[in-house]
Amino acid sequence: MKRHLLSIDDVSADDAATLFATAAEMHDVQKRQVKKLPALRGRTIINLFFEDSTRTRSSFEIAGKWLSADTINIAAKGSSASKGESLRDTVLTIAAMGVDALVMRHPASGAALQVSQWVDAAVLNAGDGTHEHPTQALLDAYTLQRRLGSLEGRHVAIVGDLTHSRVFRSNVKLLTKLGAEVTVVAPPTLMPSGVGSWSAEAGFATAYDLDEVLPTADAVMMLRVQRERMSGGFFPSAREYTVGYGLTRDRLAVLGPDVPICHPGPMNRGLEIAADAADAAQSLVLEQVSAGVAVRMAILYHLLAGDDA
Amino acid sequence: MSAESDAVAPEGRTVLEPGDIARALTRISHEILERNKGAGDLVLLGIPSRGVPLARRIAARIKDVEGVAVPVGALDVTMYRDDLRRHPARSPHPTDVPPGGVDGRTVVLVDDVLYSGRTVRSALDALNDLGRPDVVRLAVLVDRGHRELPIRADHVGKNLPSARTERVMVRLADVDDLEGVWISS
Amino acid sequence: MTDILIKGAAPYGGAPTDLLLRDGVIAEISTGPIAGGSASSVTVVDADGLVALPGLVDLHTHLREPGREDAETVRTGSRAAAVGGFTAVLAMANTSPVTDTAEAAERVHDLGRAAGLVDVHPVGAVTRGLGGEELAELGLMHRSRAGVTVFSDDGRCVADARVMRRALEYVKAFGGVVSQHAQEPSLAGPTACCHEGELSGRLGLPGWPGVAEEVIVARDVMLARHTGSRVHVAHASTAGTVEVLRWAKAQGIQVTAEVTPHHLLLTTDLLGSVNGGYDPTFKVNPPLRPQEDVDALRTALADGTIDAVATDHAPHARHDKEHAFVDAAFGMLGLETALPLVASVMVDSGLLDWHGVARVMSANPARIAGLSGQGADLEVGAPANLVLVDPATPLVVDRDASVSLSRNNPWHGRTLGASVVATFLRGTPTVLDGALV
Repeated sequence: MKRHLLSIDDVSADDAATLFATAAEMHDVQKRQVKKLPALRGRTIINLFFEDSTRTRSSFEIAGKWLSADTINIAAKGSSASKGESLRDTVLTIAAMGVDALVMRHPASGAALQVSQWVDAAVLNAGDGTHEHPTQALLDAYTLQRRLGSLEGRHVAIVGDLTHSRVFRSNVKLLTKLGAEVTVVAPPTLMPSGVGSWSAEAGFATAYDLDEVLPTADAVMMLRVQRERMSGGFFPSAREYTVGYGLTRDRLAVLGPDVPICHPGPMNRGLEIAADAADAAQSLVLEQVSAGVAVRMAILYHLLAGDDA
Repeated sequence: MSAESDAVAPEGRTVLEPGDIARALTRISHEILERNKGAGDLVLLGIPSRGVPLARRIAARIKDVEGVAVPVGALDVTMYRDDLRRHPARSPHPTDVPPGGVDGRTVVLVDDVLYSGRTVRSALDALNDLGRPDVVRLAVLVDRGHRELPIRADHVGKNLPSARTERVMVRLADVDDLEGVWISS
Repeated sequence: MTDILIKGAAPYGGAPTDLLLRDGVIAEISTGPIAGGSASSVTVVDADGLVALPGLVDLHTHLREPGREDAETVRTGSRAAAVGGFTAVLAMANTSPVTDTAEAAERVHDLGRAAGLVDVHPVGAVTRGLGGEELAELGLMHRSRAGVTVFSDDGRCVADARVMRRALEYVKAFGGVVSQHAQEPSLAGPTACCHEGELSGRLGLPGWPGVAEEVIVARDVMLARHTGSRVHVAHASTAGTVEVLRWAKAQGIQVTAEVTPHHLLLTTDLLGSVNGGYDPTFKVNPPLRPQEDVDALRTALADGTIDAVATDHAPHARHDKEHAFVDAAFGMLGLETALPLVASVMVDSGLLDWHGVARVMSANPARIAGLSGQGADLEVGAPANLVLVDPATPLVVDRDASVSLSRNNPWHGRTLGASVVATFLRGTPTVLDGALV
C-alpha cells in the first residue's frame, strides 16, 4: 500500500485483495458486543470536510473509533483565491496539531492530491470534487464481490450523471482493475468530455441506451442525479430522465431477482431509482453502508497501523 | 500466507520428529482433560497461524478419548500486538469464535512456540474483547524460554533450552507439507 | 547623456555591425568599425555574436498596481519587462480599482514614468468596473495624459454583443482598438479551468472548450466588419480561432490577434502530469490546449494570421496559487522568458527568422497599440530602443532568479533557446550583461 489513498490509481489489484480480506475480518468485529480493536490506539485522525457529507464522515468516524484512534471532525470552509486563507495554510494549521491522518472531503477536484504534497500526515481522499472517491469504490467492489464471488468477467453497468460523479471515476478504474467488464450509461450531456478516447484506452464501454445494457448486466450501479442539473440544461425534466435512465419497476423486472443493485446514496427515489428497486431483496444499498465501515477500517488499518517506513 | 511453506526441511538440528509431535499432543490432550476434569465447558482457541491446526489436533484426540466434540476456534492477535508499529501493517488472520462463545467457559489457548510471552499477552487482550471466560489456560508445543513477561504455559509438549540467537521452526503437515521442529543458529 | 557604441552586433541576425546610440536615437550604423573616440564619454558594449532587435513591445501585461502590490508593482513589472528585452508594455485594466477612468489611467502612466525602465501604457477598461454593461470613459482615457488607445476588459469577455458593438464603434473616433478576451461565459463559466477534452473528463475539472473562444472571435470579426472598426483578439488559443482569423483577414476585416508564449509551447497534458497533476502553476486563462492547437498557433504566427506575441504576464502571490486547482488564481509569469521561448519555438524550428521575431514582438504590437516611438526598424534616426540577444546561450530558468515579485513560473527548470543580454530604452541601457543596470 502507498502512504496516501488519493485515487484508485494508488491501489493495485493485490492491494484491493488485501484490503478486502482485512475488511472481512472487520466486518466480523461489527457483529461483536465489544466493537473495538486496539490497532490504532494513540493515533489521531482528522476528518477534514470542506463539504457536508454526514454518511461518509460518520463512516470514517466509526471506522477510526472502532480501531481505537482518536477521531476529530472539522468542518472547514472552502475559499477561493484572494478570499481568506489558502488551502495550504488551512491544512498546515491543522496538521501542525500533530495528526497522523487527514481524511479529506473537498469540493474541488485534485484537492487531496495537492494537500498530500504539503503535509506529513497520511491523506485519505474522501471525495475530491468530481474527480475520485476511492473508499466508496473500494466498498462498492467489496460488496459486489461478496455477492457475486469474483468480479472477473462480470458485467457491471454504471448509470447516471457521469460528468459530475467521482463515484463513477473511482469505480470504473477499480472494477476494470478487478477484471469486470464495465459499461457506463448516460445521456450524451452527462457523459464526461472525451469519454470516447478515454473509454477506448481504459477498456470500458459507453452507451446511451440503458435498455440495451441491462439484459447482460450482472450488477447495476445507479448514480445520484441532482435535480439542479435540470436547470443547467443537462436534461429536460425529471420525468424524461426517469423514462430514459431510471431503474424503474419495469427495468427491475428485466434484471431479474439475482442481479445486485448498488447506489452510493443518498438516493432520489422515483428519479434515478424506483422505490421497488431500492427496497428489493437484491438491493445492496444497506450492505454498502455496513461494508463502508469495514472497508474504511481496513484502509485505516493498513495505512496507519504499521511503521511509517 | 507463510512464505516458508515449501516442502524443503529448514536447516538446523531436528528437535521433534512427526511421531514426537503426535505423542506430545496426545499427552497435552490428556493433561487438559485431567486438569479440566473432563471435556465439559472446554473451548480450544488456536493462535494463527500454526496454533490453529494444533488446536484442531488436540480436539480430535479429546474426541477419541472422551467422545465429545470440543469447540475449536481461532483467535487472531495481529491488532493486539505491542510491536504493531515496528513493522509495516500485517494483514490480520481470521478470528473464529465457536458458536457458544467464550463466556463462562474454560478456554485453552494453543500456540506452537512460547518465547517472550508477548503473543500470549496479546491473545489475553484479544480474548478480553470477545467475552469473559471462567478460566484461561495455555498449551504450547514448544517452550523455548526467554520470557519477557510473567507468563507460563499450563501444558508443554517439549521444553527446549535455546539461545536467543537461535531460531526455532515448527512445520505442520496441515499447512506446510512437512512436519517437525528444528532449531538453528 | 553618454553615447553607447554597440560593437559587432548582428541586426536581425545579419552581418556584424556597429551601432552608435546618441541622444536617444540610433545615430550611426555601419558594418565597418565606428570610431567612438570623438565623444569624450562613450560606453562601448561588446556585442560580438549577439543579435540586435528593436526593443520588444508587450500588448498584454498585468502589473497588478494598484491593488495587488504584493504580487507585482509597476516598478517590479517594469524591471521584469526590461530583463525580458521589452521597451514598452501595455498594462491591463483589471487592477483594483479598475483602470476605467482618466485618473486611473494617468496614475498607472505616471508610475511607469517614475520607474523609467520601459514605457508603460495603461490599457483602459471597455466597461465600467469590467462589469460588461456600461461603457467606461473611453474618450476621456484617450484624451488623458496616458493617451489610452487600447481598451480591454481582459480577464472577462465583453460578452454582450450590443456592448461590444458600441465599444467598437465608439473608439473609431480616435483610432482606438478593443482587445477582446474571447470567452463566451455561457460555454465557459468562471470555474472553467481545463481545456475541455479527455483530460478534463478524467480529472473531473470544469471544461473550457475551444468553441467558447471561437464563437466570440467569430462574432467579433462580424461586428468589426459591420461597424468598420478594428478588433484585436487577445491570447488566441485554438486552431478554430486561427481558422476564423484567416477567413476574416482574407475578407479584409480589420482584425489583429496575439498569442502568448505559453500557448506556443505548453499543452493541456501538463495538468495531468506535473507533480502528479492539478498543479496551479499551469492554470491559465484561456487554458493550455492540446498539441494540435499549439501547432496551429505556431503556423499562424509564422504566416502572419496571428500578428503578435503578447505575454499575458500574470503575477500572483504565492497564497493565491496555493488553493485547490479550481479555486487558484489564473495566470503565469511571462515577461522575462518570452523572447527566449520564442527563440526556442519559432526561430530554432525555422518558423521565423529574427526579422520575423522583430515583426511579431516589436513592430506589429507597436502598430496595433499605436505607439509611434516603439517598434521602429533599426535605422539611423530611429528611436534607440534595442535589445541584444545571445542566440548561443540558452536561458536556464530559475524561478528564484526572477525580478518579478511573484514566483508562478511555469518555465522553472526549463532551458529556453536564447538569452537577453542588454536592453536600451531611448539610448539608455536598462539591462547590461543580462542584469538590470
